[in-house]
Amino acid sequence: MQRRSLLAGSAALGLAAPGLARAQARTEIQLWHAMTGALGETIGEEVKRFNESQGRTTVVPSFKGGYVDTMTGAIAAWRAGSPPHIVQVFEVGTATMMAAGPAIKPVHTLLGEAGITLDPKRYLAGVRGYYSDTQGRLISMPFNSSSAVMWLNLDAFEKAGLSTTALPKTWREVRAAAEKIKATGAAPAAVTTAWPTWVLFEQMAAIHDIPFATKANGFEGMDCELQLTQPFFQKQMDFVLGLQKDGLFKYGGRDNAAEGLFPAGEAAIGFNSSAGRARVAREAKFKWASVPLPYHDDVIASPKNGVIGGASLWPLSAKNRPVEEYRGVAEFFRFLSEPALDQWWHQQTGYVPLTLAAYEKSKAEGYYTQNPGADAAIIQLSRAEPTPNSMGFRLGGFVEIRNIIQEELEKALQGQQTGAQALENANRRGNVVLRNFERANKG
Amino acid sequence: MERKTVFPQRLLPYLLLAPQLLITAVFFFWPAAQAVWFSFLRQDAFGIRTSFVGLENFTELLADPTYHEALRNTAVFATAVSLLSLGLGLLFAVLADRRIRGAGLYRTLLIWPYAVAPAVAAVLWIFLFHPQVGLIGRWLNGVGLGWDYKLNGGQAMLVVILAAAWKQVAYNMIFFLAGLQSIPPSVLEAAAIDGARPWQRFWTITFPLLSPTTFFLIVVNLVYACFDTFGVIDALTKGGPAKATETLIYRAYVDGRVNLDLGMSSAQSVVLMVVVILLTMVQFRYVERRVHY
Repeated sequence: MQRRSLLAGSAALGLAAPGLARAQARTEIQLWHAMTGALGETIGEEVKRFNESQGRTTVVPSFKGGYVDTMTGAIAAWRAGSPPHIVQVFEVGTATMMAAGPAIKPVHTLLGEAGITLDPKRYLAGVRGYYSDTQGRLISMPFNSSSAVMWLNLDAFEKAGLSTTALPKTWREVRAAAEKIKATGAAPAAVTTAWPTWVLFEQMAAIHDIPFATKANGFEGMDCELQLTQPFFQKQMDFVLGLQKDGLFKYGGRDNAAEGLFPAGEAAIGFNSSAGRARVAREAKFKWASVPLPYHDDVIASPKNGVIGGASLWPLSAKNRPVEEYRGVAEFFRFLSEPALDQWWHQQTGYVPLTLAAYEKSKAEGYYTQNPGADAAIIQLSRAEPTPNSMGFRLGGFVEIRNIIQEELEKALQGQQTGAQALENANRRGNVVLRNFERANKG
Repeated sequence: MERKTVFPQRLLPYLLLAPQLLITAVFFFWPAAQAVWFSFLRQDAFGIRTSFVGLENFTELLADPTYHEALRNTAVFATAVSLLSLGLGLLFAVLADRRIRGAGLYRTLLIWPYAVAPAVAAVLWIFLFHPQVGLIGRWLNGVGLGWDYKLNGGQAMLVVILAAAWKQVAYNMIFFLAGLQSIPPSVLEAAAIDGARPWQRFWTITFPLLSPTTFFLIVVNLVYACFDTFGVIDALTKGGPAKATETLIYRAYVDGRVNLDLGMSSAQSVVLMVVVILLTMVQFRYVERRVHY
């Protein structure tokens, strides 16, 4: 084994006759990922299982830092002519990757060339939609997906005299509960959220079937425009600002900065990715529950599916990349799509199962009765057939747009501008980003 | 008399210089030239579609009100960090210069912060100032001061200034201490005999004699505050809330690495380059004249 990889290494260096070395060596596939700690170990275990399951391909996983670092690193490597075979890219980078034509090899092409059939229908609707083109063909490989859910501190609920079985479903009920929590001092803060833009605006647009941007949230073309000045976002913004004004909402910072507040007992109601489950289970010293996100019942009677977060795997192309390396990537993807592995990954990591089969199997085995609330995200992702508004987002420069919305929200929360001004500024600045992306990726 | 080494032929000196010149060329001139070239281009993240846009990146940049904001933030931040870290560095140096028992130990302890990596330093400050888990943050909220640097731009600026200045104090102290120790004691003794009080002696003798050190440190500190504080800002505030702590260098990072807009990021780097060149020129032309060597 060691000698073989040495041979492969020397072949790569051009020291040995390549043809001769390759015939004996296993094909090496580089996988760049952004998973730290326990998640990184789980990837390692997954890859080990694959490497041992067959004799032709060796996948080599390497941790490359956070999502941003991993993506920029892979792009820089592609520009320099030596990209990894597979890179894990977070969901907001999807549009940038899709626009990268010759740099990527769409999953459906990759699998087709290797003679592997993979029915996209085996994936949960919300997962499938995010990573497919308009014809429903998979462009990237679903890998780690989550959704935002609401976490409730049941001890605080009890202290506030609230029911611990009939939990809030709508924003109206969330507000009522928050008022009681504040009045009784059951927790230092009532409501907080991690990933403010994702939870408060992106998820809400999808759940309420409201367009976040024109052209089906960018799925139908790069010439889309943000719709943040629409009445729904105004309503949502006013609601959040109202919570804060009445001392019911605690802003905990951008991205995941606020995710520690709920498990620490600092906030009785917290919104966070469903992948935060492991942390809550480990750190929370109280009874808790996780339920789907609330909705405005005066906007929609039965909420649509939420959108996913997390990341997918992108096969990258390179000049002179031999066919067997692509084949190796395809085989690895086939391995990942097996429901048994998916089920293991889901229960190991707290990410949602990607395939319906893994969900059904977990359910049949009683996983969700033993771990109540572990299916909140799955229910939220699959409770409705995705509409053009709830399929996901394909906005160029989405990382930047998300930050812009966060910045304008922060200004509004500081009282430097009204909610309407915040939405108007976010809309205008976000559209500049979209136009720049369109110009840079045209032709 | 001046001593000069004269090489018999031309080749040898160039050969001896070559490694350093090569490093400078590869790691400084080449990237700088590339930044200048990229600043005239618009391209997608992968560099697949590239078009020459002339000065468009610069005109867009200079017309952007958020860039003006970053410029203002940088000015406030750099001035405050330099003043604070120079002032404290000088104070500590004067205190550490006195003959007291265990002076060596004190000096060593005062130098420690310089060895702490920026990200680690930032974590320490989070433990102090975080509104919910920080020691000082909780206390401030406890006495009803409404401390929340995650949402209050002014407080956020204060935290990054403190963290950035703290890191630089040790460095300044070492140089001031060296400067103090090179001042001949006889001058100070003579002044003391003439009846000058300690405060007078400091302002009329010590401080002017320290001016070469001070001048050098001003340049170093401004450059530090402008370019080397990325780690502190990234770990503490990420430029927020609402861009309140976004400096020029942090913005160039965000546009280039996070937003993957290389043209815009390069244009900002070029602007920064020009600013540094101007700043250094001004300092050496005008400030240096007032320095006593």
